[in-house]
Amino acid sequence: MSGVEWIIPILLTVITAATPLVFAGIGELVTEKSGVLNLGVEGMLLVGAVAAFVTATVTGNYFLAVAAGALAGAFLAFLFGVLTLSLMANQVATGLALTLFGVGVSALIGQDFVGIPVDALPKLAVPGLSDIPVLGPVLFGQDALVYLSLFMAALVSWFLYRTKGGLILRAVGDSHNAAHSIGYSVIGIRYLAVMFGGAMSGVGGAYLSLAYTPMWAENMTAGRGWIALALIVFATWKPGLVVVGAYMFGGITILQLHAQAAGLDVPSQILSMLPYLATVVVLVLISKDESRIRKHAPACIGKIFHPAA
Amino acid sequence: MLLKIEKRPEPSRKMVYVTPVLALLLTVVTSMALFEFLGVNPVEALRNFFIVPINNKYGATELLVKATPLILCAIGLSVGFRANVWNIGAEGQLTFGAIVGGGVFVYFHDVDSVFLLPIMIAMGALGGAIWGGIPAFLKTRFNANEILTSLMLVYVALLLLSFLVHGPWRDPDGFNFPESRVFSDSATMPVLLEGTRLHFGTILALLAVFGTWIMLAKTLVGFQVKVIGAAPKAGAYAGFSQKKIIWFSLLFGGALAGIAGVSEVAGPVGQLLPSISPGYGFTAIIVAFLGRLHPAGIIFAGLLMALTYLGGETAQINLGLPVAVTGVFQGMVLFYLLACDVLVNYRFRFNKIGKVTS
Amino acid sequence: MKLKNIASLMGAAVVAGGMLAAGSASAQDKIGFVYVGPIGDHGWTYRHDVARQAVEKAFDGKVKTTFVESVKEGPDSERVIRQMAADGHKLIFTTSFGFMNPTIKVAKQFPDVKFEHATGYKRADNVSTYSARFYEGRYVVGKVAAKMTKSNIIGYVGSFPIPEVVRGINATALGARSVNPNVEIKVAWVNTWYDPGKEGDAAKALIDQGADIIMQHTDSPAPLQVAESRGVYGVGQASDMQHFAPKAQLTAIIDDWNDYYVTRAKAAFDGSWKSQDLWGGFKDGLVALAPYNEAIPADVVAMAEETRKAIMDGSVKPFAGPFNKQDGTEAVAAGAELDDAALLGMDWYVEGIQGKLPK
Repeated sequence: MSGVEWIIPILLTVITAATPLVFAGIGELVTEKSGVLNLGVEGMLLVGAVAAFVTATVTGNYFLAVAAGALAGAFLAFLFGVLTLSLMANQVATGLALTLFGVGVSALIGQDFVGIPVDALPKLAVPGLSDIPVLGPVLFGQDALVYLSLFMAALVSWFLYRTKGGLILRAVGDSHNAAHSIGYSVIGIRYLAVMFGGAMSGVGGAYLSLAYTPMWAENMTAGRGWIALALIVFATWKPGLVVVGAYMFGGITILQLHAQAAGLDVPSQILSMLPYLATVVVLVLISKDESRIRKHAPACIGKIFHPAA
Repeated sequence: MLLKIEKRPEPSRKMVYVTPVLALLLTVVTSMALFEFLGVNPVEALRNFFIVPINNKYGATELLVKATPLILCAIGLSVGFRANVWNIGAEGQLTFGAIVGGGVFVYFHDVDSVFLLPIMIAMGALGGAIWGGIPAFLKTRFNANEILTSLMLVYVALLLLSFLVHGPWRDPDGFNFPESRVFSDSATMPVLLEGTRLHFGTILALLAVFGTWIMLAKTLVGFQVKVIGAAPKAGAYAGFSQKKIIWFSLLFGGALAGIAGVSEVAGPVGQLLPSISPGYGFTAIIVAFLGRLHPAGIIFAGLLMALTYLGGETAQINLGLPVAVTGVFQGMVLFYLLACDVLVNYRFRFNKIGKVTS
Repeated sequence: MKLKNIASLMGAAVVAGGMLAAGSASAQDKIGFVYVGPIGDHGWTYRHDVARQAVEKAFDGKVKTTFVESVKEGPDSERVIRQMAADGHKLIFTTSFGFMNPTIKVAKQFPDVKFEHATGYKRADNVSTYSARFYEGRYVVGKVAAKMTKSNIIGYVGSFPIPEVVRGINATALGARSVNPNVEIKVAWVNTWYDPGKEGDAAKALIDQGADIIMQHTDSPAPLQVAESRGVYGVGQASDMQHFAPKAQLTAIIDDWNDYYVTRAKAAFDGSWKSQDLWGGFKDGLVALAPYNEAIPADVVAMAEETRKAIMDGSVKPFAGPFNKQDGTEAVAAGAELDDAALLGMDWYVEGIQGKLPK
């Protein structure tokens, strides 16, 4: 192959690999920005994946399927909210328990749906534009959820930094006592943020079971929820950087597979370490500016809020 | 709102003991409904989860075998969590400890000496501490968040172990299957009770629990951990070094996870395998918080968590409940335990003037 | 305790008398299965569970089967196996290589219980081993692939570089190059048995590098789905995955444990069970091929079937010489063949495979 055309399929692969991470990462970012740490992303991804898959097989309607994924994720997040926000349970432990729960529940729901194929989410084809060399298929030949993931990242970025709602959300995450004393409902806002995070993870799960690998199998997320959590730290709580991180992580994963297929003489286990090591290295490079991180990291993350009577 | 949650002036001593019982009762009630729904006799199901696994000597020792790595990791993590050091990479530290400790045997497999096992344990602790030290270094030197670095290092350690047992450390007589040699007797944890798998690692876990208890209660560094965790500004004012505590927490947690790793491979596993832990390092995070970061609590939490795993196996064998049900059941038990903890620090109050219920 | 002993004695007596009356599922009438993955993996474990159900059916409900899924290799597996043995199971199938040492250990403590361990090499008086020569299927498929490829590149998604997987890659290469010496095999290792996303990504990378046939030694149908969507061919793994890739699946190499499990279970109950080692292939019914894709020309199907039959009657042996190692030096001379010990520990590539084998 000549020119730059060889890069198209690689880019397409990277985009599909990164999209579930973008959804889960952006959702959890909003949750964390409100001052709540929900480590149950893996569980929410899985229930989203199974709910979407079951709905798609039963109804054949992808819109409903994605909505079901979002609802399922939001419902699990709501459970998390009840425990951590209303009953003030420890967020780290509850999040981990949520993952155990989500893995189990999704497997139970999905047990009759193993080994059933479903048509992949259709790719949009923009007439004319999709035929542009190189850029066409990459920019204009994706399925709707890919565009939605990027749109949501932009929307969240705009919301957090350009709207009053975003300001309030950040205030709640940075200083819940101050936000409370001005009269905002800290708990109510956090419920919304937590459930938004769950819904986004649910859509990320739907992307897995409908587009990335259109099928249902137990535990099919294979640890992607954890990567999404790490990406938020990596992105120093900035939505745009979550997208960059997800694409970088996906990109290195794909490149190491290419390197293997091309016959590179390095043990595959060592190559497989690359995405993780690269994430650490980049984090180290961007972490030196302490003040910048402090500006974006929610100060109250993980802390329990109880309004002083 | 009719019901209000009100902070207690002081944590309730009574509730510390009442809430686990309450949580257990709620679990029993809810899970009975769940099992009924799944078409399983609820009493039988609960009996299989909680009683059958440990109703004989062997089962009871198995509970300790299963809880040992959980307690070791959790007790180490709890120190960090108290100081707000978010080490979530105990799984990686456990794995690297097993690599370094087990590696001693791989290279000195023909040595028959009473010193072999102690050296392996020491090297396991060192390995875990090294793997925990990397996030500490990156945090104190480059301000890199330890949540990310410790988690990423988990995957690196797992892949490293996979590389070693698939390649250089393979058993030369093992038909190139990915396993190390089986550890010799002098490289194996002594069994404490004939006919069971209860091993010396459990004693190490208990020593770690008591040691940590004393450290937190009696030593300066324990005091610093608590102060920096509860009030970082006060700690700084008192001249305590935040960096020192970060180093201490991660090295300490890493070392104990490393000991857990080596006590698994030199104990019930008996060799290095591509995967040596079913996620003990992650489960230990739950155990630490479930035990309220207190050494005694962690013992109970570790035993309870181990029991649900054993119970899940028994329920599968005897009742044909799929493993997915174990996950749901575990999630439920944990939810209730965590939720009921609210009663320790808070009380419910109905919005009628003057009426207080606790 | 005493009651239990009496009950199990009575159970044994009933069995000895061959009186498997309906409903008398006494303590000794159980057969246990220990699985490494979830039964919903649609791969390795799923096929073992299909065979478990075949056993239940064959005994018409008179024998109870139990199983524990997602058992981690290591200490957990020993406890599960031991619990089954102590619980009055007559026969226990442990279906992962990593269960080998635990199976042997428990078997020593329970000499009256019979064990069947899959894919291992340690045996005892009450421990049999069994495994399937999946490479026979790979050899046939390699020949078909060589006829169907246009780019002369076969992409292979590998799990871990263990002998079982390496053997499959080598058999594919030998089969392929026996009909088309220009075929090369590219391998991408994903370091997992099961991660649909990553398996699919590896298949995509291989296709992007010119492969137009995708083979896999991982559990999920994802690589095959990728082949379908990219318009190339693939080969199903463990079960017939035709419904996941109606156009792309050339055939599938099927794990078929049904007959073996039923036979061994019956032997355990009629007293004829003896420790043995079976490494069976097409002939023994452990390996089967799914129906061929209609796109395969008739002469290629005929060739494939001929090869399959020749392997069954022993006239074709996939690892018979002459063939070379990867570096071009002679591996096996004409007229010779690799013995089972060499196959069991295979850790080198034959000629025609790209990339170094990780060591």
